[in-house]
Amino acid sequence: MLNIQNLHARVEDKAILKGVTLDVPAGEVHAIMGPNGAGKSTLSYVLTGRGGYEVTEGSAGLNGEDLLALDANERAAKGLFLSFQYPLEIPGVPALTFIRTALNAQRRARGEDEIAAPAFLKLAKEKAASLKIDFEMLKRGLNVGFSGGEKKRMEIFQMAMLSPKFLILDETDSGLDIDALKIVSEGVNALRSPERGMLVITHYQRLLDYIKPDRVHVLAAGRIVASGGPELALQLEAEGYDKYASAAA
Amino acid sequence: MSLASALKTGDLTELPSRRDEDWRWTDLRGLIRTLPPLSPKFEGDIGVGPFAADETLTLVNGQGAIDLTLAAGETRVISMRLISATAATAHAGRVRITVGEGARLTLLESHEGLGEGYLSEIALDIHLASDAVVERIVLASDAPEAVSVVDAEVALSAGARFAQTLLTSGARRQRIETRVDHPGAHADLRLDGIYLLDTQRHADLTSQVTHAGVDGTTSQLTKGMVADQARGVFQGRIIVQPGADQTDARMGHHALILSDKAEVDAKPELLIFADDVSCAHGNTIGALDEQAIFYARQRGIPEMEARAMLTEAFVGEVVERIEHEPAREVARAWVAQRLGRSNI
Repeated sequence: MLNIQNLHARVEDKAILKGVTLDVPAGEVHAIMGPNGAGKSTLSYVLTGRGGYEVTEGSAGLNGEDLLALDANERAAKGLFLSFQYPLEIPGVPALTFIRTALNAQRRARGEDEIAAPAFLKLAKEKAASLKIDFEMLKRGLNVGFSGGEKKRMEIFQMAMLSPKFLILDETDSGLDIDALKIVSEGVNALRSPERGMLVITHYQRLLDYIKPDRVHVLAAGRIVASGGPELALQLEAEGYDKYASAAA
Repeated sequence: MSLASALKTGDLTELPSRRDEDWRWTDLRGLIRTLPPLSPKFEGDIGVGPFAADETLTLVNGQGAIDLTLAAGETRVISMRLISATAATAHAGRVRITVGEGARLTLLESHEGLGEGYLSEIALDIHLASDAVVERIVLASDAPEAVSVVDAEVALSAGARFAQTLLTSGARRQRIETRVDHPGAHADLRLDGIYLLDTQRHADLTSQVTHAGVDGTTSQLTKGMVADQARGVFQGRIIVQPGADQTDARMGHHALILSDKAEVDAKPELLIFADDVSCAHGNTIGALDEQAIFYARQRGIPEMEARAMLTEAFVGEVVERIEHEPAREVARAWVAQRLGRSNI
């Protein structure tokens, strides 16, 4: 599924990723934990193709496809989805219009037919109901004036609508109260399947009580410095990141 | 001093130039070195216009004049086509519109450049009797090498309502000017505009509103996008004369610049000589939000489509203020078509 080999990346002259190697097989959920500034968000942006990052070494592939050779929208069409830590507000573009535009662009890129309006609306109503999203909200400008929790729920809704193959969740728990966290986690768990992989990036262990990972990795100073089972997250929660900060340096 | 008077006298010094403060960004004297011959009477096919209406008035090459009167209480939807049909010629045309007491006019005005490189000036006089209502939608589709001036004088009476939306793709030089005598007295004015300019096109949206009496409202919203080497000009002046108390006037102009070589010049002016008024203006010029573009691309939307979508959303607020529904649809389609073709 997702294969990252010795990935190095920098922003301007500052090296952020210094040799990340990671394999996430289909059907598994891997968590990446680490202190602030470790390069967690950079990893998600480099994988999804945001501008401003330069890959200086290494490779990243999804199902054998070289991600780094593709534009951001082509990567999305191949099934890569990033749930943003801070989802953007798009004034004047209703959520439904935005998602339908995205879905049809992806389908065109894959050589599939566009989805017809009635089928799209039926799907949207179904998915909105399961995430307890008021359908009227989908007719307003995407994320405009939404609370932190509503924005994260909208990310999960987009995920459910676009049905990607591989999900990256970047600090999805930030800004969520406990009820919102439950709804969002249920939404994510509903997408777990033997064909789909997930990378859950988080600073805190809390989210992993709800989205149970198969593997946990510690990212510190641009490298994976430790990997283990779910128990590693509990250990980090108890001990903090201090010893990894020194190990990385 | 105008294009029309230069055409009449053949005197190039009659052309407005950058020395005239109100024309400093739309220099005609510097551009026009010789006056082309006057446009001939045109007998050819003019096709169909962009607006559908029961009644259509047509002025081709400025020949003849349009004189329209709505009797008190009448309601009419009229398409008015002002056509420049012959390349490399010049003309000036006149339109006079009188809207009687309580009458309602929806004026769907199109400026259509069928020929290339013409000079055109259209002067409009629009008079609204008390409680008359006019919505004027102007779709200016001039040829890229044309020089075009549209100059409207609007006089409102007590309780009248005038709402205007300009939609323009510019020309070599283009000026669309609206001057409104606002008597206050519960008269209400809306002056909106959208300019979408690419290549080397230029559009100048200039307005002057004079509030002369108590209790008048004005709401103005213009949005624009310039790409390539295009240039947008917005000049909005609102004058509140002594004694025009309780005037409520708002002016907004917001532009997107999508290329290093494109330019927007904006001059919002509020000249207030009364005390008890509420006036505000806002003016912003910026680029598309690159983070929002990445967000859209991460969802699978190609970059060009993402840029067009965000620009369409940006000007959409102005489109939504159009009251006549079929005209709103024409405006939506025009925006989509302009952005699809535009090299942004």
